[in-house]
Amino acid sequence: MMHFMLLFSRQGKLRLQKWYVAHPEKTRKKITRELVTTILSRKPKMCSFLEWRDLKVVYKRYASLYFCCAIEQQDNELLTLEIIHRYVELLDKYFGSVCELDIIFNFEKAYFILDELLLGGEVQETSKKNVLKAIAAQDLLQEEETPQGFFEDHGLG
Amino acid sequence: MPAARGDGMRGLAVFISDIRNCKSKEAEIKRINKELANIRSKFKGDKTLDGYQKKKYVCKLLFIFLLGHDIDFGHMEAVNLLSSNKYTEKQIGYLFISVLVNTNSDLIRLIIQSIKNDLTSRNPVHVNLALQCIANIGSKEMAEAFATDIPRLLVSGETIDVVKQSAALCLLRLFRTHPEIIPCGEWTSRIIHLLNDQHMGVVTAACSLIEALVKRSPDEYKGCVSLAVSRLSRIVTSSYTDLQDYTYYFVPAPWLSVKLLRLLQNYPPPEDPGVRGRLNECLETILNKAQEPPKSKKVQHSNAKNAVLFEAISLIIHSDSEPNLLVRACNQLGQFLTHRETNLRYLALESMCLLAASEFSHEAVKKHQETVINALKTERDVSVRQRAVDLLYAMCDRSNAEEIVQEMLHYLETADYSIREEMVLKIAILAEKYATDYSWYVDVILNLIRMAGDHVSEEVWYRVIQIVVNREDVQGYAAKTVFEALQAPACHENMVKVGGYILGEFGNLIAGDSRSSPAVQFRLLHSKYHLCSVATRALLLSTYIKFVNLFPEIKPQIQEVFKQDSNIRSADAELQQRASEYLRLSVVASTDVLATVLEEMPPFPERESSILAILKKKKPGRTVDPLDVKDQAEGAVGSAAAGNTGGVGVSVNSQQQQQRQQNGQTTDLLVDVLGDIYSSPPQGGGGGVPTQNNFTKNNLGTGDGGTQPVDNLKKLSWKNNGVLFENDLLQIGVKAEYRANLGRMTLFYGNKTAFPMLGFNPSVSCAGELASKVSVQVKPVESTVEAGAQVQQLINMECVEDFTEYPSLVLTFMYNSVQQKLNLKLPLTINKFFEATDMNAETFFARWKNLGGAQQESQRIFKAAFPMDINATSAKLSGFGMQLLKGIDPNQDNFVCAAILHTKSQQIGCLLRLEPNRQAQMYRLTVRASKESVAKQMSELLSEHF
Repeated sequence: MMHFMLLFSRQGKLRLQKWYVAHPEKTRKKITRELVTTILSRKPKMCSFLEWRDLKVVYKRYASLYFCCAIEQQDNELLTLEIIHRYVELLDKYFGSVCELDIIFNFEKAYFILDELLLGGEVQETSKKNVLKAIAAQDLLQEEETPQGFFEDHGLG
Repeated sequence: MPAARGDGMRGLAVFISDIRNCKSKEAEIKRINKELANIRSKFKGDKTLDGYQKKKYVCKLLFIFLLGHDIDFGHMEAVNLLSSNKYTEKQIGYLFISVLVNTNSDLIRLIIQSIKNDLTSRNPVHVNLALQCIANIGSKEMAEAFATDIPRLLVSGETIDVVKQSAALCLLRLFRTHPEIIPCGEWTSRIIHLLNDQHMGVVTAACSLIEALVKRSPDEYKGCVSLAVSRLSRIVTSSYTDLQDYTYYFVPAPWLSVKLLRLLQNYPPPEDPGVRGRLNECLETILNKAQEPPKSKKVQHSNAKNAVLFEAISLIIHSDSEPNLLVRACNQLGQFLTHRETNLRYLALESMCLLAASEFSHEAVKKHQETVINALKTERDVSVRQRAVDLLYAMCDRSNAEEIVQEMLHYLETADYSIREEMVLKIAILAEKYATDYSWYVDVILNLIRMAGDHVSEEVWYRVIQIVVNREDVQGYAAKTVFEALQAPACHENMVKVGGYILGEFGNLIAGDSRSSPAVQFRLLHSKYHLCSVATRALLLSTYIKFVNLFPEIKPQIQEVFKQDSNIRSADAELQQRASEYLRLSVVASTDVLATVLEEMPPFPERESSILAILKKKKPGRTVDPLDVKDQAEGAVGSAAAGNTGGVGVSVNSQQQQQRQQNGQTTDLLVDVLGDIYSSPPQGGGGGVPTQNNFTKNNLGTGDGGTQPVDNLKKLSWKNNGVLFENDLLQIGVKAEYRANLGRMTLFYGNKTAFPMLGFNPSVSCAGELASKVSVQVKPVESTVEAGAQVQQLINMECVEDFTEYPSLVLTFMYNSVQQKLNLKLPLTINKFFEATDMNAETFFARWKNLGGAQQESQRIFKAAFPMDINATSAKLSGFGMQLLKGIDPNQDNFVCAAILHTKSQQIGCLLRLEPNRQAQMYRLTVRASKESVAKQMSELLSEHF
């Protein structure tokens, strides 16, 4: 079972955090700081797995973003790398060639997509088609609703 | 600024841009505070906000929170959004509470209500949103609220696939917080049969759920084995086009394959020959495919394919029954050892460690020794080198020990500081274990000290001394070698300690050589003296007095040293005491007396290597014993206790001897307790003595085979040692000693399961009034208790004043990712601080009369709860710490006792009379004490036990 997933930039800025095991906010920050520092200090050719406390940390860098997951001892490291990759593919497909800014400005979407891929720290749906279908169904519901905030956001509200 | 997609909350995008444009942290905080003030005023304002606005502000709050700032409002608005009929608003509401919810919040009831509504929605998108929220929060309240809805949703024929997937994982999440939620009986087979579902996504999700359930009740879910095997077989034999979108980079359903292989690792190889054959075919096919040329150059293809391969190898290792497969697995991993992907080399080293532990593949692993040693020398990533060290350790046996130890020693010189200490332990263990020639062993350890002295823990040098003391054949060599080692101008202090000790014991064996004559030995040691710490100096002083005995000719020089101001007037009390006592001893004792006092150390009792225990403690879960250590380790459940060998004593100085005796005693004591705990018949149920074999079956079993929890708190009020608590996971033993108002209690936590307990945290506290009456000092314990291992915790207690409550023991730990909590009490009652007091009839009656005031007496009449047996009653009364006074009461049947209660502030006399009435099966108990509360408390405590 995955314990958490963190996305952070090369500058160490956290872009997304998903916790599947409850920790107090303070602990979360501490863990994040620790892992961001450790991972950023590793060299490119090094292995993608780390022993960390009782867990295994699997990470991979995509352009300016690091994706980092903590899994349990019995979990499969290589396949965790591919969960990360599948997530990246989904983001890429959804945003059309995703970049860090997409995730910053549409962070809620990034969460919704992740919730379709993983639930409770386990893989829910590995088919790219099916995940995108689910997200599309959400967007469809959205479009049916009138964007009533439109005017306000143009300074008329 | 990129255009936001979909509904496009422009206000949010503007705000995010603003934040990104902030030049400094201060500017960012300022901007955020401004926004927070704005949102607060909007939420408080008179104008009612519409759904869109609420959504926008809630989303901004969420963004601010994710930036790392605290958010203390907006929860109510988010909850309002849940009941919106606009999907996007609902979705943001759910996201906010998933990220920010506080389970204690009053809002939880409102949230649960909204989720309930959405669960019954006809739109599956809404249902899934609700399920995701439950899984994201996963609290106990959620588990209780949805205990019936979700299982039903999971197995209902009307539920569509996507909802089933979410329901399965949602249920799993709730099961992890609240295991009772999963229904038994008919549900079992319906859940198992999800493995046959048409939809691969459903099977994948269900497989995770089933694995967790299997861990809880393996027998109940045994049916999943054959289903899992046939599902796996279908995937493995399918071509990559068959599974359409579930094929990942030409690998058919890697996630499901891995999960199925994982699931099967919870069971022994299938008994049914057909199923077993099919499984072996699958495994062979997977191994064969690894040899085929890759279908794609992409790393995703190789990762997915190898993920399945590694999982298959794990299963092969787990079954440990097919020599052919084991050897093939080993060859496959051997290929990976030189693969260009660092990740694969890392994983291959890791898996091979496990293969090395199997008798079938141990030899096959050894073929790769050269490659592994090479990895140690050339890998650029320390985590990979660490794996190589682990593997060398695991593959070591008598045939290759010298070479491996040599290589490891060689590597130690340049090894990273982070792994040196562990390497030192490993080298020390291998050298000891496989030494055929103990002079080799001594060389290795001295090399360790020379090269990595700072990383050589106490236990390592204690151990070398124990071995030298116990083996006559190596003593002369050891003395010669340490003598040579000490010649080095800069020597590590640990070397001085070992040298000092060994020369003190066996220096005479090399004294014949003029190059190492007594005077030379002494001068050599003493040249290091001033550079050493107090502890080492103390040890050297003991060596010197031993020299006085061994070499009378250098006595005057040694006496000079004792007399030096820096010793006899040392600011350190220990040095001062040693110097003056040794000096005196050297003056007054005759040669015979000296020879007796300073006799050679007797051999140490043979026990499991203390350093092995430390390594196990340091590296929970990852330490693979070298092959033949296994049997030995199984016998010693309490290796921690066996490892407690105490320091290396010195056979001088009465005080020290006493200390050593005490050390010896504690060791024996601990062993006794273990004996007690593990040989006593299991109490209250058919659980069986927790031998290693039982561990695996016992895991998590709240089911039939399990033991009933045992709680012996009451019984321990008249016993000092025994089992305090026991359930299927854990046994807590207690051993206590009391003297006057002081007590020392040792708790033994034994992990009965086959899994480690993590985050193990026992916390002892005295609540309320008790805090001022009893003071406790608790030693911390390791946060991990390995499978089958035991840890001890020492608690020192002092009775300040008499008391009535028990100190509490709250134990928390993670077991199988589930948080466990036990609320217990420590068996500490005032009678523990009793001193039994003997007196004659006259004194007794005089005191009894003195305590005649109504305030001083407490009387109870109660029905006998146990058979009225004289011997049993006497034993219990003595157990309470009271002196049974015979022949005092005119009535032979009555019991009369006396004791003094020691508290820090005062001593309280306590007298007792217990009058049985056999016909009525009743007792009358009278307690008199010089303090009212004591009389009351004692009569209350006692009345429950007769």
